[in-house]
Parts: sequence; C-alpha cells; structure tokens
Amino acid sequence: MTADRRRGSIGGAAGPAAGSGGAAGPVPGSGGGAASPGSDETNACGLAVRGLSGGYVPGRDALRDVTFEAGPGQIVGVLGPNGGGKTTLFRALLGELPRRRGELELPGRLAYVPQTERTRLDFPVSAFDVVLMGAYGRTPWFRRVARRDREAARAALDRVGLAERAGDSFGVLSGGQRQRVLIARALLQEAPVLLLDEPLSGVDGVSAARIEALFGELRAEGRTLLVATHDVRQAGEWDRVLCLHGRQIDFGRPAAVLSPETLRETYGAELIVLEGGDHAVGVGHHVH
Amino acid sequence: MLAWLTDPFASPIVQRALAELLILALACGPLGVWVLLYRDAYAAESLSHGMLPGLVVAALAGAPLLLGAAGGVLVAAAGIALVARDQRLGADVGVAVCVSALLGLGGMLALSPASPPRLQELLFGNLLGVSGGDLAVAGALAGAVALALAAGHRSLALVGFDRRSAPSLGTAPLRCELALLVVLAVTTIAAVQGLGNLLLVALIIAPAAAALSLARRLAAALALSVALAALAGTAGLIVSYHLEVAAGASVALSAVALALLAVTGGRLIHPAAT
Repeated sequence: MTADRRRGSIGGAAGPAAGSGGAAGPVPGSGGGAASPGSDETNACGLAVRGLSGGYVPGRDALRDVTFEAGPGQIVGVLGPNGGGKTTLFRALLGELPRRRGELELPGRLAYVPQTERTRLDFPVSAFDVVLMGAYGRTPWFRRVARRDREAARAALDRVGLAERAGDSFGVLSGGQRQRVLIARALLQEAPVLLLDEPLSGVDGVSAARIEALFGELRAEGRTLLVATHDVRQAGEWDRVLCLHGRQIDFGRPAAVLSPETLRETYGAELIVLEGGDHAVGVGHHVH
Repeated sequence: MLAWLTDPFASPIVQRALAELLILALACGPLGVWVLLYRDAYAAESLSHGMLPGLVVAALAGAPLLLGAAGGVLVAAAGIALVARDQRLGADVGVAVCVSALLGLGGMLALSPASPPRLQELLFGNLLGVSGGDLAVAGALAGAVALALAAGHRSLALVGFDRRSAPSLGTAPLRCELALLVVLAVTTIAAVQGLGNLLLVALIIAPAAAALSLARRLAAALALSVALAALAGTAGLIVSYHLEVAAGASVALSAVALALLAVTGGRLIHPAAT
C-alpha cells in the first residue's frame, strides 16, 4: 500500500491537497470534462484501520476494536443502529475524535459528506457557492478560487445533475438536491476516499437514482467510498460491509457478513427480518 | 431639499462625526453579518455592556477611553469564561450573571458623588466630540477588523454553513469562532468612543439584519451591510441636526428604522423565505 502513513494528529492541520494540477486521466463514466481526481495516485490508494478504539470522554469508548481495509474502487457499507458508532468511526477517520487508539493508514485528506439535515438552510449561499467550498482548502485567502476549480465545480454540479440549479439558493433546493450538492462539493475536494453519512436517507427517488449511479462511477474511477446506511439490502449490493454496534461485529463481503445472526447482533432489538431471512431492514429513524 | 441634506455637514464637528461613522461602517457592516450568521448577537450585546466598569475606571483615572474599553472587554470575557466553565451553569448564565454584575458595578462607580458627570458619554458616546486622534485610532482598528474579516472570509463561510464538515475542508471550527469573538471585541472597542456602550450594538446588528433579509448571496449581504451602516450613520446625523436630538441615539434609531424597512421589504421580495 502506497498510502502515506499518518498517525497521531490528523485532521485540523492542513493535509496534502490531493492531485492539484495533475493531468486528468481517462475517467470512465465521468462524462469528459467532469471533476477528475488526481488520476494515478487516487487509483493506488485505499485505507486501512487496525485496532481502532476511541470516544469522547476518558474511560468510555464509543467504539472498540475496529479493523478493516478498503481498497481503491471499493464501496463499504457501514451498518449499525443509531449510536452504534458509525459517526464515531467517521470522526476518528477525519481526525476529529478527542480520544483515539489504534492505527490508521489514510491516503491524504478524506472528503466528508454530511447528512443534509445538518446543514443550514438560511445561509446566503447558492448551490455553486457550496460546491466551490470543496476547493477552499487549497486556495490561499488572498487569491480568488482558481479558474480550474471553478470549472471543476460546474462539472461536479453537472455530474450530480444540477448544472441548471447552480445559481439557486441552497436553502430552496429539495433535500435530495441538497444532498447531491454536498456530494458535488466532496467531488471538488478530489479526495481518494469519501465518507458519506446516510446519503440516501429521506431523499427523493430521482436523487437516490442519481446518487447510486454516481457511486458506480466513483467506484470505476478507483475511489474508496465508506457509506453509513440503515439499508441492509442496499449494502448487500456493495463490495464490503462493516457492521458496528459499539464495537466491530463483522467485516467482509456482503454474502459472508449479512447473515441473520450477524444482523441480529448488529441491530439488537431494532432489527426486522423479512420473509425467509434473506431481506432484513435495520430500523433507525429512517426506514426504507 | 439638497440644502436640508448638506447643511448639517458644514461644520467640521459634524464632518468628523460623519468620518467616524463611515469608518465604523466599514468594520461594523461585515462583522454584523457574521455575528448574525453565527448567532452571536447576544455575545455582541454582552461584550459591549460588560465593559462599562472599564470605561468608568478610565474616565475616573483620566486615561483614554480606549484603554478602559480594552480592559473592560478583557475582564468581561474572562468573567464569562470563568462562570461558563461550570457545566451546571453554561455560557448563557455566565453571560447574564457577568454582564449584570459589571453593568451594576459600572453604574455604581459612575454615579458615586466623587465621579465626574460623564456617565452619559460612556453609555451613549460622544459622536460630536470626536477628535482627529480618535479618528486615526478608529481608522486603524476598523481597518484591522475589515482586513481580518476579508482574510478569514472563506473559513468563516465554511464553519458558519456546515460546522461538522469544516475540518475536512481545511478549517478548524473552534479557532474560527474564537477569532470572530476577538474581532467583535476589537470592533466594540473601536466604536465605543463614538456611540457609547449601549448604542454601538445597533450599528453592528441592525444594518446586517437588513442586508441579510434582502441579499441572497454572502458577498452581496456583506457589501449591502456596509452601505446600510454608512447610510444609517449619515441619515442619523442629518436627523440629529435638524431635530436637535443626540447624534449617537439618532444614528442608532436610523439603523433600526432601516432594518425594519428592509425586513418588511425583504418579506415582499422573497415571500418564500423564512
């Protein structure tokens, strides 16, 4: 693995800006001028987590003993009940968890896509402004955002199917459209790994289809996606599944992991198993 | 009509007052937008009120008001931080307790028989008594504030819009929020000479509230807020001249009147917005 090894303090300090100026390689399914990652280095990286434990207050771990690897071009579904540690895992990977033990191998800075309910609707920004925020980390304060990044922001909006809504206020968009704008912002970060916090919860059908198609494109580009979700059936279509319930219950290929026993252990009383045991739905505050 | 507008500015005293207000507009305008977007209006009000004892002590000692304001703001901030450290009380209680205590202390000092009768000036400012030296100091402070806000523009936008994602986008939220409070304190110190510690908040909050109800983009809101603060200052001086009322109060009321107009107008322009 060629990832730069970063232990200890990750997050806050400026990380390496991925792929700025790198020649855009052929990107399958991205539609020509779309926001392209820094090509080769992106394709070479994934992430690895070994023995990760941590939490917010001393002596009480919110998450224990997490060990998994995700290679380039893999989508990992992160399953677990509310409070099961999905958010804690993401915060640990982003370097924002107050207390953390274990080893992380990360390919530079990660991009994070929050749930749209957590963003503000009264903030005076357009959809385009929000996407452009993805380039702020590599733009010095005294410079305008580079023209290359402005073009990439337009391309990213186009990729999520919202090119014609670029000038609209973020707050007037639908929940699904806002989620797509936030994903476009993550695309502009050009990060090899994307963490998505329930990106398909409560979004409209058009948005969900668009987001799922985009997941396929990103996978083909060699990016690694960690997707927190409550939808077990959907996670079954991805490359790996990580089940959390305060600790790691299981990790592996969906066919091996998504057994009724593992799901019961993951979700406890929150689980509903549908006919024959091959369909199961984790019940959080969103049900699909 | 033109003469009615220009007459007040014939005197150098009013000219200096206008210059002071235009300088302050440059700092208060954009700062106010961030203060409202960060829901820090309560902190703005509190910081300016909490520095009264500092002002009074400076007045009693014959020291520059600026020095008293700086000391007062520091004491108020330290007091709030100290009370807020007790988790059972929290920041709101900390602010309320400290500000009431400090306002009371300031009033007691100012109203004691030994004090010179300058309390009015401390509370409401002395816009028409601004000297060339005051202007230079206010200019330097306001310039520093405007520069700091310009430098931090993108970080402020990131954290204000989406605090959770800000670190992954390259900005530490806590540092950004603290920096905004420091800039607020500096602005408060710059504005107290002209507007006093009760009225200066109006020039920070009111134009920004007006701008945010009219503009749909950040850059537009910031520019509009500066323009409205300058307009409120100018209008306030004209009204004060013709009606022979206190200049600082007239400016504050003009700012609030503009804000009311803009919020009402904003509802008409953007009926869908909440």
